[in-house]
Parts: sequence; C-alpha cells; structure tokens
Amino acid sequence: MKRVVITGAGTINALGQNVEDTFAAMKDGRCGIGPLEMRDVDRLTIKIGGQVHGFEAEARFNRQQIALYDRFTQFALVAARQAIKQSGLEFSGEMAAKSGVVLGTSGGGMQTLDENYRSVYEDGKNRVHPFVVPKLMNNAAASHLSMEFNLKGPSFTVATACASSNHAMSQAFQLVRTGMAPVMVTGGSESMLCFGGVKAWEGLRVMSKDACRPFSANRNGMVQGEGAGVFVFEDYDHARARGADILAEVVGFAMTSDASDIVMPSKQGAARAISGALADAKVNPEEVGYINAHGTGTAANDKTECAAVADVFGPHADNLMISSTKSMHGHLIGGTGAVELLACIMALREGVIAPTISYEEPDPECALDVVPNEARDAKVDVVLSNAFAFGGLNAVLALRKV
Amino acid sequence: MSVKDKVIEIIAEQAVLEPSDVTMESTLEDLGIDSLGLVESIFAIEEAFDISVPFNANDPTESDFDISSVTSIIAGIEKLVAEQS
Repeated sequence: MKRVVITGAGTINALGQNVEDTFAAMKDGRCGIGPLEMRDVDRLTIKIGGQVHGFEAEARFNRQQIALYDRFTQFALVAARQAIKQSGLEFSGEMAAKSGVVLGTSGGGMQTLDENYRSVYEDGKNRVHPFVVPKLMNNAAASHLSMEFNLKGPSFTVATACASSNHAMSQAFQLVRTGMAPVMVTGGSESMLCFGGVKAWEGLRVMSKDACRPFSANRNGMVQGEGAGVFVFEDYDHARARGADILAEVVGFAMTSDASDIVMPSKQGAARAISGALADAKVNPEEVGYINAHGTGTAANDKTECAAVADVFGPHADNLMISSTKSMHGHLIGGTGAVELLACIMALREGVIAPTISYEEPDPECALDVVPNEARDAKVDVVLSNAFAFGGLNAVLALRKV
Repeated sequence: MSVKDKVIEIIAEQAVLEPSDVTMESTLEDLGIDSLGLVESIFAIEEAFDISVPFNANDPTESDFDISSVTSIIAGIEKLVAEQS
C-alpha cells in the first residue's frame, strides 16, 4: 500500500476565490452568507445563501469555453488550476496515462437546467442550445478537468448528495493508495444557487431564513452555498522524489450506508463511518484533535452527529474540537466536503482551528467543544472530515500532519 | 441584412474569423469548425431566421441539408426561408 499525500489545493467559495483568502476568512470567523442575488429572488421564501460574488467567467475562460461550461464546471476548473499549479505537476507520458480525476457533485449543471427549463416552459421556446446536455451532465466538470490537464487515467464523477466530495476523495485516495494511479485530482463542485435549486430546497422546510448556526440551541436550519474545492492526491514516494511541498497526508477513510431513511440521519451509520475511518487509518481515537463536522445547522443532523462522535470517542469526545465551517461558507451540497477539507488542512498545517460562527446558545444535545465563534490556535496531528448525506450515505476521511 | 450575409456572420463568429475571411468556397473543415461547432452554428441560424434546419448530426451526408460548403449552406437556408414565407 502506498502512502497518499496532498500536494496541491484550490478553491472558490463564498469566503474567497483561492485557498489563502479562504483560510484568512476562516481564521477571522467571517461569514460569507448574505442576500441572494438572482432572478426572481422575490418569489423565494429563502433569500440568503453562501453565494460566490464578483466571479468574472469572461476573465478566466474564452467564449467557446463559456458556451460549454456550466457554473459548476467553471468553479471546478478555477479550483483545479490553483491546485495543480501549487503541486507543480505537469501531466505527460506514462504519468498522464495513469493519473485521473474524480469529482463529487450532487446537481451537476443546475444553472443550465434552470435556464433551459425556464426557456422551454416559461418562455415557451421550442429550441434549446445544442450544448445543454454536455453542459448539464454531472461528469462535465471532471471531463473538462481531464482535458485541460491531460489526465488520461481513471476519471469519473460521484453523486452522493451532501457526501459526494468525500466519496469522490475516498475513491481518489483508494486509487493512489493501491498504486493504480500516481496522482489523482479530486474534490467537488456545486452550483445549485439558482431559482429552481433554492426553490427545491425550500420545499423540504429545513432551510434557515437568517443564518446557519450549527450546534447552537437556537439553530433553525441549513443555508446553501456554492463553489468548489479541488486537491492533488499524490503517491508519497512520488511527491518526495520530486521535492514537492506536502500539505497533509490522507491516512484513512470509511463509507457506510444507514439503510434506514431517505432524509433522517442515523447515529449508528455516522458512528460506523467515523470508527471505520479511524480503523482504516490505524489511529487511536485519542489521537484525533479536530473533526470538521458535517454540522448542517439542522436539528436532525447536529444532535445525531454529536451523539455519534460521543459514542465513538467516549471520554475523549470532550477533549477534541469539532467545528462546522458551513456556518461561514454555507452548505455546498456535493462540493461541501472538498471546501471543508481546507479547514482540516489549515488545522494540520497552520495550527488554526476554524470556528463554528453564529453560535449563540449551548445545546445540551450538542455538548462538545464546537470552537464557538472564534478560531483557535491548537496543535493537532490527526483530523477527520465528516459527511453524512441524504439517502443515509456517509463518508469520513482521516488526515494526518506530515 | 441578406440571408447570405447573416449566415456568413454566424459562421464567421463560430470560426472566430472576420466575415470577410469566409469565402463561398470554404468548407466548414477549412474554417476549423468541428461537429460541435456545426450544431452550434445550425442552432444560431435557426434562431436568427426562426426556421427548423433538417440536419441530423448522426449522419450529416444523409440529411436533407447540404453542408459541404458555405455556398451550399446559404442555398439551403435561402430555400428554407423562402418556403417559410
């Protein structure tokens, strides 16, 4: 088995359009959630989100590219360019033939769907642009990444709702760990902040109208975000041989299915994923210093997640820190685990734990150290990143400082 | 603008050329327009003239629409526009 390390990271999200700005915002406990700017926002009940503002696609892509790239693909490419640049890798020959890209997304080209449904249903048009299908398909972002960077090995897209990115990164980790690929580009992207996307979420009545307050007794739901996180996962020996700067090591993962309910989470399913990741990583629970929580700010998730953590860690649950950065960047749905992995890298590499902001009242059912409102300096060696999706599909990653 | 000038404008935009660089004898291949560019051009032509072009990308040579050169495309569009009015 190969060791797997992260040698590049990139992102675009409501907190920043690169890793540096995102880290700065997380350290400041800044909130990227604000009023939504979109057509027909007055017809929405939920009018806030973690939207990416000031994104100029025209400055980053040419006209033909924009014709083919949904916003979720644009986000993925922006993040991937940063990550691959940081890694210093260029893909050619045998390395290109074996390296690939696995991305997570839940909705795929939702903006394209929304615009074109509007066109044919609302505006009554009988013809749509020929690129609608290649723009909206869930694998569009992964395919365009493979084309831009010459990644010719195993490449695909994983859609497991809110766990998509963690499942994708788990697959990339597996491919590098087993020696099938020397390098995998991985992460996730989502752009569901369009009229239809928000309207659909409104229907579930789990959205907050004012803020995302994970673990706080007065929490009243989740807030959607958008963006992407992309990473370069690389064989440790490969990275060392070329003198790459190593951001962190991926040491384990686990995936479980609750097999119980399409929306309600299960403590057992979450706990099995957490303990499975620890076992896979061969780390003792006591070594874990920080968990990036799934922490959606819904009543159901937060108490279930805290109970699962308490079950797995026993008395050590009171010693570790667990925060939800969704309070700052919102819930990126299929892209969320990727952006949240940044908080894990920041914890390991810079010794700063991102806070759970907008925290106002302790909840006895979430009685853990949730790093309320202010970032904290702390030395941690092993961290976990949780993702528990609708449909009961869970994926947890374990990272270690290098 | 004549049908011919409008079609040339659409093809030129797709090929990222000036309209003056699109000659009547040019083939789409000469102009660097690939299969995806072709369907995008046909979409733009349909939108511009509010017509339906009988083009099947699965087998362009079997379509009732000749795309072998700029001349043949313009002739085909002129016929469709005339039939519609």
